[in-house]
Amino acid sequence: MFSLVRSFRYPAGLCFGLWMCTLPMTATAESAGHYGYGETATKAQIAGWDIDVRPDGKGLPDGSGSVDEGMKVFETYCSSCHGAFGEGMGRYPKLAGGDGTLADDRPEKTVGSYWPYASTLWDYIHRAMPFFAPQSLSNDQVYALTAYVLNLNYIVDGDFVANKDTLPTVKMPNEDGFIWQDPRPDTDNKRCMHACKDNVTVSDSAANKNLTPSTTGPLDEGLTE
Amino acid sequence: MVGSAFSGFAKRASAAETQYPPGIPAWTRSLGAGVVADPYGMPSPFEKGVIRRNVPWLTAEKKSSVSFSPLQHLKGIITPNGLFFERHHAGRPEIDPQQHRLMIHGLVERPIILSMEDLQRFPSVSQIHFIECPANGGMEWRGAQMNSLQFLHGMVSCAQWTGVRLSTLMQEVGIRPEGKWVLAEGADGAAMTRSIPLEKVMDDVIVAYAQNGEALRPEQGYPVRLVVPGWEGNTNVKWLRRLEVGDKPWMQREETSKYTDLMPDGTARGFTWIMDAKSVITSPCPEMPLKGKGIYQIEGLAWSGRGRVKAVDISMDGGRNWQKAQLQEPVISKALTRFALEWNWDGKPALLQSRVVDETGYVQPTLAQLKAVRGTSSIYHKNAIQTWQLNADGSVDNVQLG
Repeated sequence: MFSLVRSFRYPAGLCFGLWMCTLPMTATAESAGHYGYGETATKAQIAGWDIDVRPDGKGLPDGSGSVDEGMKVFETYCSSCHGAFGEGMGRYPKLAGGDGTLADDRPEKTVGSYWPYASTLWDYIHRAMPFFAPQSLSNDQVYALTAYVLNLNYIVDGDFVANKDTLPTVKMPNEDGFIWQDPRPDTDNKRCMHACKDNVTVSDSAANKNLTPSTTGPLDEGLTE
Repeated sequence: MVGSAFSGFAKRASAAETQYPPGIPAWTRSLGAGVVADPYGMPSPFEKGVIRRNVPWLTAEKKSSVSFSPLQHLKGIITPNGLFFERHHAGRPEIDPQQHRLMIHGLVERPIILSMEDLQRFPSVSQIHFIECPANGGMEWRGAQMNSLQFLHGMVSCAQWTGVRLSTLMQEVGIRPEGKWVLAEGADGAAMTRSIPLEKVMDDVIVAYAQNGEALRPEQGYPVRLVVPGWEGNTNVKWLRRLEVGDKPWMQREETSKYTDLMPDGTARGFTWIMDAKSVITSPCPEMPLKGKGIYQIEGLAWSGRGRVKAVDISMDGGRNWQKAQLQEPVISKALTRFALEWNWDGKPALLQSRVVDETGYVQPTLAQLKAVRGTSSIYHKNAIQTWQLNADGSVDNVQLG
């Protein structure tokens, strides 16, 4: 990389600012590479970082994991925050349950009730979980956890084995619950200037609710719940 | 904070002599600290209360949490780098820029890996844009909770960003005809990802390495982040390590499980990227009460993810009647904009509101209008008109109207 960079910089300096000379010479640059900066990424370099997985299964690696295997991994790495059965702990997320609650006053958005794609579960566990040691699990462990969490939500049976062929076939209950076209603007307020409404009533006030941390002095660690 | 500073000052002054006329202040009759006493300057110690603050009960812990900008103390449209709001999903990583790399690959002619030195050789742009978390104000859908401007609206900040247009980098790698989306990924412990359509990528997205004239702060993605003007803060991926061109969106956790808006019928909206127009009065506010009747400058901030602020109106009577406020220069597309209106307060209770109109003609909605469409469970994109109840004693409370 550095020899490439130098070979461009040095002749540019010799040209005393003639702009043509500052362009990379086409002999070394690809048709796309006008500037030619950086190095061409090798397949091995890309493979090391290209961890994303799509709903159609693109990106899923080799490996596999069963529901039973997933239960053991879950107990070791996950249950301290998410609970043994994905019921959540405190403000750590609930992973299972909530079926049919999305239209309720207090909806429960879980993997089973809300997430549209099973691939996202594999992708997210693999890239960011467990919270305290991200990207530390093997592919087999991630497959096993994915199978276990899907089973906790009754989306797959107990004998399910997750791998790159089976996971893309899992249809999530709420897949069709999403609209991927932004319908906004969805309000139509008018720029009225005078006598815009008859009555104004205050329906709620934040005063005296004791939810607001202090906004003066040092950081307020007091209000915890 | 200013009040407490002055009361401490008054105590000292009475012990010695006054520091104000006709007395001559101690600092006028002595020498101050020399240059480089603070090689990287700090605010006055009298400003030590002007800080980002968090809501301890809001999140399980601080590594996946938010802090709020002290909008009540800020002037102009630029947020100082140390006061820019924070949102981390796995804590703030400390990244060595010599070791950091940005990889661009996928459906491209020439996948590349750039060092930070390589990146800074490309032609740069410097643009002023706000970034707002779409959950800003999201605690208030079901009722008034936070009695504070900072905690209600402080997940918006604005800076001048310097970096390379993403379109420049895309031209450099050469997008294949089937390439329609770009996945941006962070190098933090969350490896945060979002899918961005090519149309936006080629429009105004910046791969930024500087913020208000200096390197990005670690909290803002040092050494490099995405700036996606006018779009959800979450798409402005920090600590950027990878950009992949693909033919479909990736449906990542941050665009399916999170950052989607649940509607009252149980369906959810995805890809609601744009931050709709919003405004808020920053003085007075709960932190900045009035001190008796008289002439005041009502001041505030307005912004729109769809372009420029066209106008801001202010009501003193809960939205019955409105007056046009003055916009203060500069008025920049997808940036915070200042407004002001002089008001002679008669000392009676009042309900103060501001309402922005952006260049598309969109008028900021009332909370009732928003709730009529979206219910109370959508968390994100609450850009409703804020009502401040000004009490006869000059104190200000966050209220909602029926």
